[in-house]
Amino acid sequence: MTVHNLYIFDRNGTCLHYSEWNRKKQAGISKEEEFKLMYGMLFSIRSFVSKMSPLDMKDGFVAYQTSRYKLHYYETPTGMKIIMNTDLGVPSCRDVLHQIYSTLYVEYIVRNPLCVLGEPLQSELFTSRLDSFVRALPFFSVRAA
Amino acid sequence: MAIFSVYVVNKAGGLIYQYDNYVPRAEAEKTFSFPLDLVLKVHDEKVVVSFGQRDGIRVGHAVLSINGVDVNGRQTAEGKDIVEYLKEPSNYPVSIRFGRARLSSNEKLMLASMFHSLFAIGSQLSPEVGSSGIEMLETDAFKLHCFQTLTGIKFIVLADPRQSGIDGLLRKIYEIYSDFALKNPFYSLEMPIRCELFDQNLKSSLEIAEKAGTFGPGS
Repeated sequence: MTVHNLYIFDRNGTCLHYSEWNRKKQAGISKEEEFKLMYGMLFSIRSFVSKMSPLDMKDGFVAYQTSRYKLHYYETPTGMKIIMNTDLGVPSCRDVLHQIYSTLYVEYIVRNPLCVLGEPLQSELFTSRLDSFVRALPFFSVRAA
Repeated sequence: MAIFSVYVVNKAGGLIYQYDNYVPRAEAEKTFSFPLDLVLKVHDEKVVVSFGQRDGIRVGHAVLSINGVDVNGRQTAEGKDIVEYLKEPSNYPVSIRFGRARLSSNEKLMLASMFHSLFAIGSQLSPEVGSSGIEMLETDAFKLHCFQTLTGIKFIVLADPRQSGIDGLLRKIYEIYSDFALKNPFYSLEMPIRCELFDQNLKSSLEIAEKAGTFGPGS
């Protein structure tokens, strides 16, 4: 089990933060293009899901999986989106993503007067705390080979 | 618990078959007196609630019928504009039924081709080599399962999150498609499936899957 990468988007689609751990394949496009594609896909999935749903939804879109990876999605009421790609064995990550928001983003970005909200995050403290948080997750371990 | 619907999408992203197996009723009917205490707006040719939730009426619900007569898009059965009609105090008290808007066939076509592209983007954004597109999409209200055959046809099943045994069902639908659509001499490839035997067999396998998979281990 492993974590591949993590994206944080704000409500306008700006990629605030990106980090990767065990990523085997790049998308073959520049990072900016990749962020746009990712945000665009999530935007469409959200509207797709809300039209398609036969019932009223509470949280809406939670995760999707392909044959090789699983994408976990969490959105705060303010429209910030946290996306984590893991392998297939990882169970629901909703609380983990919520924790990233409440214990890392709020603590080190929102409460930091030097951080401008809505711009890519520059804070080294946040980056290093996030890195150690993800590395400490029970399902973070580099697979053999 | 339930299988909601089945979609078959051809390799170009066109919807060639759709079947609604179970449509949950999420509707609320209520009688209102003149100043309507809900804010309505027109969205996608439907009149939907944009503000104010009460008695099971939620934001996003559409007006389904007025005084027991079904509405037709944004117009009442008599052809009057719903928003105008509800502004007129002489039409009150009025009984309005709200609920989730049912998808029109045009919307179903659009959603099917939308999923076709999402499927492709999902595989392009993969952090791992050799990934397929979206196979299972999860929300808190339903799970969408997709199976793409080697020839590029997608079978999509919408089911309750607790329903198990969908993978088997998708392969069974592929089998039914091969047996009753492809082997039908009057069926032309990539075109909408209109075969009675396909319908019948699909319905019976959905029933079997629903019965067998209820409350199974989380799929």
